[in-house]
Amino acid sequence: MSSHPTTALPLDGIRVIDLTVVWAGTFGATLLADLGAEVIKVENVHVWQPMTRGGQARPSAEMVKAGAGWAAGYPNAEPGPRPWNYSPTFVQQFRNKHSMTVDLISDEGREVFANLVSKSDALVENNASGTLEKLGIGPDFLRQAREDIVVLRMPAYGSDGPYRFARALGVHLESVMGHTLLRGYPDLDPSHISPIFSGDYVAGAHAAFAIMSALRHRRRTGEGQFIELAQAECAGGMLAQAFMDYSLNDVVQQRIGNRSVNGHAPYSLYPARSDGDGSDGGDRWISISVIDDEQWLGLRAAMGDPEWARDPELRREAGRLERHDELDTRIGEWTSTQDDYELMQLLQAHGVPAAPVLDSSRIYDDPHVQHRRLNEAQDLFDDIGTFRYNTPFLRFSETPLSIRKPAVALGEDNEYVYRDVLGYSEAEIDGFRERGHIGMDYDPEIP
Amino acid sequence: MPDQTGPLDGVTVLDITEHIAGPYCTKLFADFGADVIKVEPPGGDPSRSVGPWYQHVSGPERSGTFFYFNTNKRSLVLDLERAEAGPVMDRLIRRADIIVESQPPGRLDALGFGWEQVKSRRGDLPMVSITPFGHDSPYRDYRVSDLVLYGFAGEMYSIGVQDREPVKMYGTASLVECGSAAATAAMGALTSAELQGLAQHVDFSMADAQFNGVDRRHAATMGWEYAGRKSLRAPGPAAGMLSGVYPCADGYVEFSGAAIRIPRLDDMLGSPEWLQDEKWWRPGAGLNPELVEEFNAHFLPWSLQRTKREVWSEAREARVLCGPLFSVDELFEDTHFSDRGFWATATHEELGDVQIPGRPFMMPASPWSLRRPPPKLGEHTNEILSESGFAASEIEALRAAGALGE
Repeated sequence: MSSHPTTALPLDGIRVIDLTVVWAGTFGATLLADLGAEVIKVENVHVWQPMTRGGQARPSAEMVKAGAGWAAGYPNAEPGPRPWNYSPTFVQQFRNKHSMTVDLISDEGREVFANLVSKSDALVENNASGTLEKLGIGPDFLRQAREDIVVLRMPAYGSDGPYRFARALGVHLESVMGHTLLRGYPDLDPSHISPIFSGDYVAGAHAAFAIMSALRHRRRTGEGQFIELAQAECAGGMLAQAFMDYSLNDVVQQRIGNRSVNGHAPYSLYPARSDGDGSDGGDRWISISVIDDEQWLGLRAAMGDPEWARDPELRREAGRLERHDELDTRIGEWTSTQDDYELMQLLQAHGVPAAPVLDSSRIYDDPHVQHRRLNEAQDLFDDIGTFRYNTPFLRFSETPLSIRKPAVALGEDNEYVYRDVLGYSEAEIDGFRERGHIGMDYDPEIP
Repeated sequence: MPDQTGPLDGVTVLDITEHIAGPYCTKLFADFGADVIKVEPPGGDPSRSVGPWYQHVSGPERSGTFFYFNTNKRSLVLDLERAEAGPVMDRLIRRADIIVESQPPGRLDALGFGWEQVKSRRGDLPMVSITPFGHDSPYRDYRVSDLVLYGFAGEMYSIGVQDREPVKMYGTASLVECGSAAATAAMGALTSAELQGLAQHVDFSMADAQFNGVDRRHAATMGWEYAGRKSLRAPGPAAGMLSGVYPCADGYVEFSGAAIRIPRLDDMLGSPEWLQDEKWWRPGAGLNPELVEEFNAHFLPWSLQRTKREVWSEAREARVLCGPLFSVDELFEDTHFSDRGFWATATHEELGDVQIPGRPFMMPASPWSLRRPPPKLGEHTNEILSESGFAASEIEALRAAGALGE
C-alpha cells in the first residue's frame, strides 16, 4: 500500500531530447517537461529553424508593428535584443525545459550529440521528413548511441507514401483530413476561414502519451522503439462523426457553422452588448447550447418565458431544429442588449450551457483563470520586463506541477548540460565554445 | 490475437466517463492494450443517443459517435444511484489500476465513490476527474458543450471574418483535444503510481486545457500580455501573399506565408518572368497590400488551371507549405492513407464490418490493435461481475434489485 514519502514528479529521472519545431512536437515536450521529465532542447546558433523561436530571428521593428498579436506581439511592441527568447508564438511552450546549443552539422557536434543520446531515455522530433537522416543522426546513429532509446517522430503524413515529403503545418494537414471544408460559414466560401492548429494540439498530447507508454513498455521488456506519429492520422478523432457518417451511410457532411453536429437546438453564438466591433475587438458574443428539452425549459425561464417560446412545437428538439433560424433571431434580440458575463451567470443558473466568447485581452481578468492560477508573472532575460506566462494546466494532487524553470533562452543551460550531463571538463567546454558549438546568440548574419 | 501486446497491457481502467472527452481518453488506453471497464448508467452513455446513425435509424447500438469513441472497451451497466451498486464498485475499485471519470463535480462524492473515499479504500489507486472547469473553480457547476467550451477558453474569437460571428471547429473537436490531454494526464498519473507508488488525483479542467494548451490561444494570450495587441478575425477572405484558402480548378487549396520563402514559391510557379522583379524578393513584400493584390492577379490564373491534387503536387515538389481541402469521401478514397494502413475495420454484430480511423500513431514493438468492437450496452456485465468474484446467484440478486439496469 501507500505511501512512499516522495515529492518526485511523475517523470522524475527521465531525460528527453527535444528536437521539436513549431507547435505539435513542442507541445508534447512541454507536457513531458511539466510532468517532471528533464527535457533538453538541442539547438544550433548557426541554423535558424523557421517557426520555432519566431518567424525570423531578428524581425524588424516594422514587422513587429504590422503583424497580428499572436504572431508579432513582442514585449512592449519592440523586437528587443534577443527576439528569439520572446516570440509570442512560441515562448509559452518553453517552460520547464533546458536548452543547449551544438552544431550538428559538424562531426564533433554529432559526437557531443551521441553522448547526450547515450544518457537520455527518449527523443522527440517533428522536423520535415528526412531531416535527421540528412544530419547523419538517423535511426542507426541513435540506436548505436543507445540501444533502448525511445524515439518519437512526427512526420505530417507519415514516413512512406506519396505525401511523405510534403511540407505542412497543422492547418494544412487538417485541410487534407477534411477539417477545413467542415468548419466555417455555411453561406460563404471556404476562403473566409482562419487557420487553426488543433492538429498540433492532439499530436502534441498524443506524443506525450506515446512516449510515456513506450517507457512503460521498456520498463517491462527492456526494449526501446521508434514510434511514428503521422500528424494527419492523429487528427482523425476530431473528425470522428464525419468519418463515421461516411463510413456508415456514405453521407458527406457539409459545413454547419456553429450548430450542433448532433442536431441539438438552439446551439449557436448570439450577440451580446458590445462597445465595439470585429475590427477593434470590441464585439461581444454569448454561446448558448441547449442539448435537451429540460435545458430548453431553462432557457425559456431565463428569458422570462416570452410568448413566442411557449409554442408547443418548440418543446421537442425536432421542432426547435426545424425552426433554428427563427430561434436564433429571437434569442439574439434578447441577448443583444445584455452583458455577456451576466448572461452566462443567468443561463448557467438555469442549467443552460452558455459562456462569453473571450478574446485574448479578457483572459487574465476572468475569475476562473485567476482562481486556477493559469498564469504566473515572471522576469525572463535582458531586462525586458515582468509578464505573465501560462502555468502547467494538469492538476496533480500529490505533486503539484509548476513552473520549475521559466521559458528557456537559447543556450541557457549549456554549462549544466556540457558539464553535469555530458561530463566534459572546463577545458573541453572552452574548446566547444571556441569552435562555435556553445552560444546564446544566433549568427549575426541570420536575418 | 496478435503476438505483441500494446504498451498498456495488464492495466485495468475503471472508466466512468461519458460523451466525448473522457471516452476518447479511455479509448486510447483501450486501443493500446488496457482492459477498460466502462461503467454505463441504465440507458447507456449519452453518446449512444446521438448520431450519426447507422442507416439513419436510431438505437443504442447504432450510433457512429459511440462506435468510434468506445472501441476495445467492455461495458458493464450499473446504476450508481442504488445502494446495491456499493459492493460492486468496491470490487471494481479493488481490481483497478486507475479510475477515469467525468461525472459532474460532487456527484461521485455524494454516492460514496469520490476521490477521498477511493483514497481511504486504497492508497495506491490514481484517479483522473475530467470536468468542464475543475473541482474548485467558481464555475465548477457550469455546463459546457464543445461550442461553449471552445468559445470561452479556446481561440474561437479570432476565427472567421470581422463582420461576422466567430466560428468554431468541426463537430466536437475541442472535446477531443481535451480528451487527448486527459490521456496524457492519466498516463502521468499511472506512471506516478508505478514508479513512485503515489496515488494522485488529477483534477482535469477542460477549460484549463483550452486556455493553456496550444492551438494559437497561448500565442494570442501572449501577444496581448506582451504588446497589448488583440488577435482579431481577418477583415476578409485570404489576403496575404499566399496565406489562406485559394480557389483552384476543382476546389480549394490552403497556403501559409509562402512569401517567406520566395525561391520555393518561384520554383513552384515555374519561375515566371513577372516574379523575377526584385520587389517580390525583398523581406516584408507579403505585408504590402498593393503587392499582394498584384501577386494574386498572377497567381489565381495559375491555380485555376490546376486541380487541388496538381497544385499540391507542385507545392510538394517545391517544398512550399500547402494542403488541398479534401472532402471526407476524397479522403476515404485517397490511396496514401489506405496504403499506409490508416483505416481499420471493426466487425460488429449488428452493424457488420465498419471502417474507422485506425491508429493515431504506430508503435512497432507494442502496437495499437483492434481487439474488439465497441461493446453493446451491458454486454460484459455478467462477465465482469463474475471475474470480480460475484457468484451467479449474487449477480441475479443484483439484477433483480434493478442495480444492473434491466
